[in-house]
Parts: sequence; C-alpha cells; structure tokens
Amino acid sequence: MSTDDLNSPEYKDKIPEELQGTVAITTLDRIYNWGRRNSLWPMMFGLACCAIEMICTAAARFDFARFGMEVMRSSPRQADVMIVAGTVTKKMLPQVVRLYNQMADPKYVVAMGACASGGGPFKEGYNVVSGIDKYLPVDVYIPGCPPTPQALIYGLMKLQQKVDKQSIKEVYSNAGKEIPIPVLGPDIMDPRDYEKIREYTLKKAEAEAQAATAAESAQSA
Amino acid sequence: MDGTGILKGLAVTFKRMLDTYIDDFKRGKKRYYTEEGIRYRQSAEVKGIFTVQYPDEKLPVPEEFRFVPFLVYDEGPNGERKDRCTACGICSKVCPAQCIWIKRATNPKTGRPIPHSEEFYIDIDMCMNCGLCAEYCPFDSIKMDHDYELATYDRHRDNILNKERLLKPASYYAQIRPLNYAREEEAKRQAEEAKRKAAEARAKRMAARKKAAPPKKEDKS
Amino acid sequence: MSEQVVATEQDLLLSRFPEVVKPDERKGYDGYIVDAKALLDFAKTLRDDLGYDYLSSVTGVDYLPEGKMEVVYHAYKTTGGAPLVFKVQVPRENPVVPSLVSIYPGADFQEREAWDLLGIKFEGHPNLKRILMWEGFHGHPLRKDWHEPYYEEEHKPYKSRWPEGKAFRAEDRNPFGKNVDYPAGFDPAKWTPDISDALIYEGLGRIDKPRDDLPTEQIIVNLGPQHPSTHGVFRMVVTLDGETIVDLEPVMGYLHRNHEKIGERNTWLMNMPFTDRLDYLSPMSNNFGYALAVEKLLGVKPPERAEYIRVIMAELTRIQNHIFAIGMFLNDMGAFFTPSLYAIEERELILDVFEAVAGSRMMVNYFRFGGVARDIPEDVMKKIHDLAFERLPRRIDELDRYLTNSEIVRARGEGVGVLPAEKAIAFSAAGPVLRASGVPYDVRRAEPYGIYDRFDFDVAVRYHGDVYDRYLIRMDEVRQSIRIIQQALKQIPEGPIMTGKPQYQHRVPPGESYGRVEGPKGELGFYVVSNGKGNPWRYHVRAPSFINLTALAEMTRGHKVADIVVILGSIDIVLGEVDR
Ligand code: SF4
Repeated sequence: MSTDDLNSPEYKDKIPEELQGTVAITTLDRIYNWGRRNSLWPMMFGLACCAIEMICTAAARFDFARFGMEVMRSSPRQADVMIVAGTVTKKMLPQVVRLYNQMADPKYVVAMGACASGGGPFKEGYNVVSGIDKYLPVDVYIPGCPPTPQALIYGLMKLQQKVDKQSIKEVYSNAGKEIPIPVLGPDIMDPRDYEKIREYTLKKAEAEAQAATAAESAQSA
Repeated sequence: MDGTGILKGLAVTFKRMLDTYIDDFKRGKKRYYTEEGIRYRQSAEVKGIFTVQYPDEKLPVPEEFRFVPFLVYDEGPNGERKDRCTACGICSKVCPAQCIWIKRATNPKTGRPIPHSEEFYIDIDMCMNCGLCAEYCPFDSIKMDHDYELATYDRHRDNILNKERLLKPASYYAQIRPLNYAREEEAKRQAEEAKRKAAEARAKRMAARKKAAPPKKEDKS
Repeated sequence: MSEQVVATEQDLLLSRFPEVVKPDERKGYDGYIVDAKALLDFAKTLRDDLGYDYLSSVTGVDYLPEGKMEVVYHAYKTTGGAPLVFKVQVPRENPVVPSLVSIYPGADFQEREAWDLLGIKFEGHPNLKRILMWEGFHGHPLRKDWHEPYYEEEHKPYKSRWPEGKAFRAEDRNPFGKNVDYPAGFDPAKWTPDISDALIYEGLGRIDKPRDDLPTEQIIVNLGPQHPSTHGVFRMVVTLDGETIVDLEPVMGYLHRNHEKIGERNTWLMNMPFTDRLDYLSPMSNNFGYALAVEKLLGVKPPERAEYIRVIMAELTRIQNHIFAIGMFLNDMGAFFTPSLYAIEERELILDVFEAVAGSRMMVNYFRFGGVARDIPEDVMKKIHDLAFERLPRRIDELDRYLTNSEIVRARGEGVGVLPAEKAIAFSAAGPVLRASGVPYDVRRAEPYGIYDRFDFDVAVRYHGDVYDRYLIRMDEVRQSIRIIQQALKQIPEGPIMTGKPQYQHRVPPGESYGRVEGPKGELGFYVVSNGKGNPWRYHVRAPSFINLTALAEMTRGHKVADIVVILGSIDIVLGEVDR
C-alpha cells in the first residue's frame, strides 16, 4: 500500500522530498477511514440467485480478498457490510432486519441486484419486499440481474469511496439505534405503521359495509 | 493409512501454486495486464493463478453479453440525432418484468399519434436483463448494453432511466456488437435494395401500361 | 403393443371403478377423472396392481369460470414409460380431497403447498399447515380471484406501459408505499404474532420415555434461515436428544417469490427468463423443461441443430451444477472453501461459454419454443470442444483423485443419511438422490425427450443410498455428461436453429401438458394448462429440490447433529427452486 491515498492533500507538499513515499501526514479521519475501507468484512448472507454471483466474486477468479474483504463472516456481530444479495421476501424480512440490528457500528448495506434494490422482476409478487430500502438504510445500489462479479466489485469500490468521505463524528451518529422488527401478520407489518394500518383497515371495512348495503338496497329495489 | 488424504489434498494445492510460478516464468510479463494474458486466462488451457485484477484489468465481455437496455440513435451527416425508435411498443409488450414505459408522441396539429416516442423510461430496478426487448424490436432500436458499472448511491434519482440517459449513438452500438451490427446493416441494405428493385419494376410496369392504354386514362380524368 | 397395454390398463381401471372413474374427455386433456370418494382405492390399485409406484407431481388448478378446483396427479412406473394422469374435481367453495400421504408419502409437501396456495383441504393429511407462506397470512394467493397488493391487471402486457407510458412505481399507488395490504377491520394491536412458530414446535415428535440409564432432556435447535450451512435461506427445526437427532422439520418459504402467480400473469414467452431464476445454478435445464411443456401444446419440433445445441447446453449445465455441488458439499464437510475454489474455477469456464452464447452467465434465457435463441459461434464451439475433450475429463480425474478416497470424506459420508430404495421411491425422491439409492431411474432413459435416445450413455447408479454414494453419483454423472457432449459435438449438423419465425405472441391451443426433464437436481416438471389465450391458465413447477426435501427428516433421524449439514449438502438443494 503506497502512502498516496493516506496523505492529506493539503500536507502533501510539506513532506521533504527524500521522505516522500515513506512518511505520510494525514488527519485522524483519513487514517481511520483508510483502515476501515480496507477491511470491510461482508456478512456471509445470501438470499437468492445474486448470492451465487457473490460467491463467485469471493472465489478465485474475481477474488475480493484483493480489497480486504475476504473474511466473510457468518455472524452479523463481526461483519461491517451486509450485502443483501437477492430477493427479500416478506417471510425473510424480520430476520434480515434482525441481522442488521445485530451488526456492530458502523455498518453498511449494499443492495445487490434489481431485487434487493427495488423488487426486481418479482416486484409484483405478494411475498416480495419491493426494495430493502423500505426498511433499512442502503448505501450503495447495484443494478443488474444478477450483477456480474465485476459489477459487484465496482459497487463495493463505490462503497469504499463513500467510506473515505465520512468523518468519525458522523460515522457513529447512528450507533445503537435499532430498527423495529417487522411482524408477520396477515401481511407484513411495520410496527411504525400500526396507526396507519388501523386507519386503513377501518376505512376499508366501512367502504365494504357501504357497498354491501348499497347492493342490498339495489337488490330489494 | 490415516492422513494420506490430507497429504494428497495439500499436494494438489501445492501443485497449483507451482503451476502459477512455472506459468509466470514461461509467459513472463505477458500474463498480466495484457489482452493476450486475459484471453489466455479465459481459455480452457489456463493453469495456475486465475484471478482477473479488476479494476486494473477487465474481463472482456463477449459480444452477446447483456446488461441493461439502451436506445440507439443514428447520426446524420451534420450531427443531428435521429432515434430509431418508432414507439411501436413491442419492447414494452414483451418485457417480462414490465419495466418499460413508452409515451407516443402526437402530432401537435392533428393530435394523432406519430411514429416517435415522446417519453421513454426504463426502471432498471425491475429490469431482469433478459434481452427479449432487443430480440424482438423490429427496428433494431433497443439493444442490450455492455456497461455494467452502474452502481449508484441513490436509486430514486438514478435508477429510472429516461430517454436522455438511454440514447446512445449507433457508432457505440457498432463498437460493442460489431458482428450483430454488420449483420443488421447488411439485412437493411438488402431490404432497401429489394424495395428499390420492386419500385423500379413497378415504375416500369406502370410505364408499360401507360403506353399500352393511354387514351383510356385520359377518358377517366 | 404399448397401446394394447394402455387399453387393458384403462379397461381394468374403468371396470374396477365403474361410475367413479371416467376418462377425462375435455379437448387437449388426458387421463382420468376420479371421484373424491374413490381416490384412495384408486391410488392403491395404481400402486399395487399396475406398478405406478412413483407419484411425481401433485398440484391444484383453480377453474374459476366452472366453479371447480381440480387436483392433478402424475404417477409413473420406476421401470419407465409415460405417466398416468388422474384428477379429482371438487367444488371451489369447499374443496376437500382425501390425502394420498398414506399411499404415496411423497405427496406430503406438495399437498401442503396446494393447501397453502389454493386452499384445498386434504383430509387425513398428518400435518396440513402452510408451507411457503406463514400461518396467518390472509387468503390463498394462487386462487384466481385473489389479488396481490400491487395488482394492476389480470394479464401482461399492462396497458399503462404503452402507449400511456407515464412512468410510475407501483409503490406510489399503494397507501403504504410498500407491497402490503390488510383485510378490512383488522387491528394490528390485537395480533398474536408467534402463531407459526408455535405450530412448528407443536408438530415435532418427542420420545415418550427418556432412556432410564441416561436421563436426558430434549432440546429444540433452529438451524437457519440464516446459517452458513443451509445453502441459502432454509430453516431446519431440529429436536435433539443430546447430540442425536430425534426429529427434524424443514421450514421453507423464505425465498418464495410467487413464481407461479407471476407466471400465470405472464405471456407464454415471458415465463422463459423467469424459469432461469428457479434453479439458478442450472438455468438451461429449466429452460429445457418449460420449452418442452409448451412445445407439446403447440405441436412444434425444433430443427436438428437446435436439438443438439439443447443437449450440449443441458449437459454442460449438469456438469457445472454437479461440480459446484461437490465443491459446496466439501465445504459442508469442513474443507472450508479450497475444494469449492477449484470447483468454481471449472464452473467459471463453463459460464464463459454460456455468456458468449446466451448473453448472461447465469440467467441465460436461451431456449425458445421451437428452437434456441442464437447459434453457437465458431470460437465458442471450439472452446466447448476443448473443455469436453480435454480440460473437464482431466479436472474431474483430479477432483476424483484427491477427494474420493480422502478419509474425511469417507468417514463422514459412508453410512450416513441412508435412504433405502423403497423409501426413496415412496418419498418421490428424484435425480441423484434416487439413483444413489439403487433405483436406476433417469428421465433421459425412462421417457427420452429431445434427442436423448440417440446417445450412448449409462444411467449412473449406486446402491448404498448414503451420503458418500450421493457424492460418487455426481462424479459418475459428470463423466456421463462429458460423454454425451462429446458425441453431440461429433454429430451436430449445420442448419437452422429455429422452426418457423421467431414470435413473441403465441396462440397456444387449449389443453394441458406436462413437460419433464432430468435436471441436475432430479426430475424437473412443468405442468401448464392453456385456455387458448395468450397466457397460461395454470403454470406449475414440479421442483425436484423441494420434493427431495420430503425425505430429509427420514435421512437425518438417529444421526448426530453435525451430520445434518452433510446430509443436506448431499441432497443438493437450491432455494430458488424449493420455494419458487
Ligand atoms: S436481481 Fe435477479 S439474479 Fe438477483 S436475486 Fe433478483 S432475480 Fe435473482
């Protein structure tokens, strides 16, 4: 690793000629991020077809170990990045959110593939969540169905760029905040939406009752 | 004997490692970061290390490779753009994910639809990269792109492609799919030829008929 | 000759069950319609007297206009031959059908699925719960009058796409901005959430008396749905006595992507790319099965060259799938990642072929009704040649050399997860799982499709039915596939690759059809019903991974908890196909 990306641009010229390349002057943010961006450990977590491409990316040909990501952790506690690789279904959603909550801060979410970003070809399905960003904050979206391994690496590099720009203060600003876990009811229910759901179902019941009476009166007439 | 299996396994791994060095020695610098090297590493003869150093070197994609669709426009001699799309709607009708929206343009005077699209959207968060649109477009106007580096930070802003982002020149198309382009141009040329011939023949026939029975026509008029 | 057999079969069935069994006389349909009362006796006769010992597929069809629900069964003889199709029709309001689990245990999951998605009750089913959706979900989604929250129109293409073309996201039209809908009058605060989990635990067996010499307590352990060993999002609820497995209940549906509901909305052609996403490790086989089913209805036959291309592609898929499966299986055994790295390397080379021919590494969308989408370019042909004649045989030998006799593979594989032949047949296991149990049943031989009758190959079979044999059989099959490809490469003629003009709107004559192929995971069947319109009325996938799991509990019982992982790995499931 050369010192180039570690140097703060404003101090670069101040380093004596003979020490260029050996000594780096940097800010705390920069060195901190430099460490973080080169050891983003993804969670070993695959949902659907895209997961196979993720495995291929981890394998010999594309090998994201070159980016310090080779340590795929099965436990969310040890992972930095959650690559949501594939279709998120409603049945799986509570577990996905729970896994996210269990990850240590700072944590990142990459929506890999059309399905994770916006529902993909299965968007209209009754058991499909149309985009994981409805529930989790997503940092990078990678389109494609499936994104090829190179597209995935490109997306992960984008994530590294994002990490580079953050400052320590903002990185931990969300620490410890948990996302309420959706509940499987007659359909998936976000606890934050309960009020809205009640309103909606009441209105629906009223409308149905009205329609029924209207039909009745029409029949009797 | 216990342990032979493990030794055998280790031997295989060791052989792989040696292969890499032998191969490096044989092929020298050509093995890495050159087109020839990548082609070799894609072939069935490859031995030893297999990794493609994306993003420094990229695995070339074959001509038929498909990612998201784009629209082709022809360039006139003075740089004016002429889209090939006639808003016939076939692509949006065959799209399995129904991710293509086309609004037909209308003639401002008569209000009748004209063969031109006013708006054209593709939601790449739904697109399944299946290529059916390109396969069935009768005007060779929608094609599948090779560019897979599309990761974004904000899908709501960037992932619905409008006409401006979809349109790419025919020269780009010719560059990514030379064989297909040549084939299509040839077919077009032939069709035109046939049309011209037919027109000529018709003109000749008409002339012949005119000669044969000129007075009648005069009567009628 | 064969007609005679069928005739006598028919005579026998009709004379033994007068009145209650009638031939299905609708145009384009086949088989018998059986009265629900007589179903059990009928099935028993089929199995015991006629030799139809293998119940391949059970599914339901909702005939909304006629007000009927129909349950369709496909039974086969493991000695080969055509299916015997029988159906039961019941009224739509209260569909009750006797369960066939007591006669064909393989019907277990499939009946649960029909209950879950169509609301058909199977009387006498030991455990009739939802299987793909969760307990408590509102409605039975595959019913024709059930609409999803993002419902737009009955059939694709949607009018809003063209010519109106005002781009919108479906969520903008939903009051919650999400893909959700709730029944009228529902109150979320009064909802008791855990119902599905409670039911799962209830369904598990317990040992009545703990052993007196060693007082132990049973515990329940959940493996999955996020677990490195489950090959995706799959969950096993395991009851343990110490380290010994007492019972295991698979829980699935975590990747249920509503394939069939969407498939019935799609046009015929649109389903082709969707089939890629069933078993995403072997997309070409999926294409093949679906193309066969629809071609049967359409009555078209692909030209010679296309037939050869199909075989080459299907066999390459099988090789690629088996190699990957072996690699992952070694992973499960604890050889973390090294064998799979080598396996994936070979797979990548085959994927390059797919990419060059079909355009995508995994989602090939390559078959069309009456042919294939593109011809194989010259240079790719050469690459397939190199692979089939040189690289793959060499690499398989290498894998073989260092894995087959490895003492770890043997110690953890031999005698583990045994599934005897009778049980394998009864549970409707298919593919390598069935053949490793000593049943030489391969659709390519039993009922040849395409041009498989022209090739010289052996049906691989092993006899112990354990994990190790299931590993070996994959090796054998890869070798046979290489043999088939070699022959196909030598014989492939020049010529067109498509019968008729390519078209995107198909008028499919009314009727039903069941197309099946020997996929890498086993018998992959597509049951489609056409009503003469542009979309399938019913589109059902008989997924081998799903049905093979029926036998999982049987295989694991009595083993140690660490063996679960290995046994599951040896079945080789893909969740996209299990849950669809
Ligand atoms: S985006 Fe495509 S490849 Fe990825 S999970 Fe969804 S359907 Fe599968």
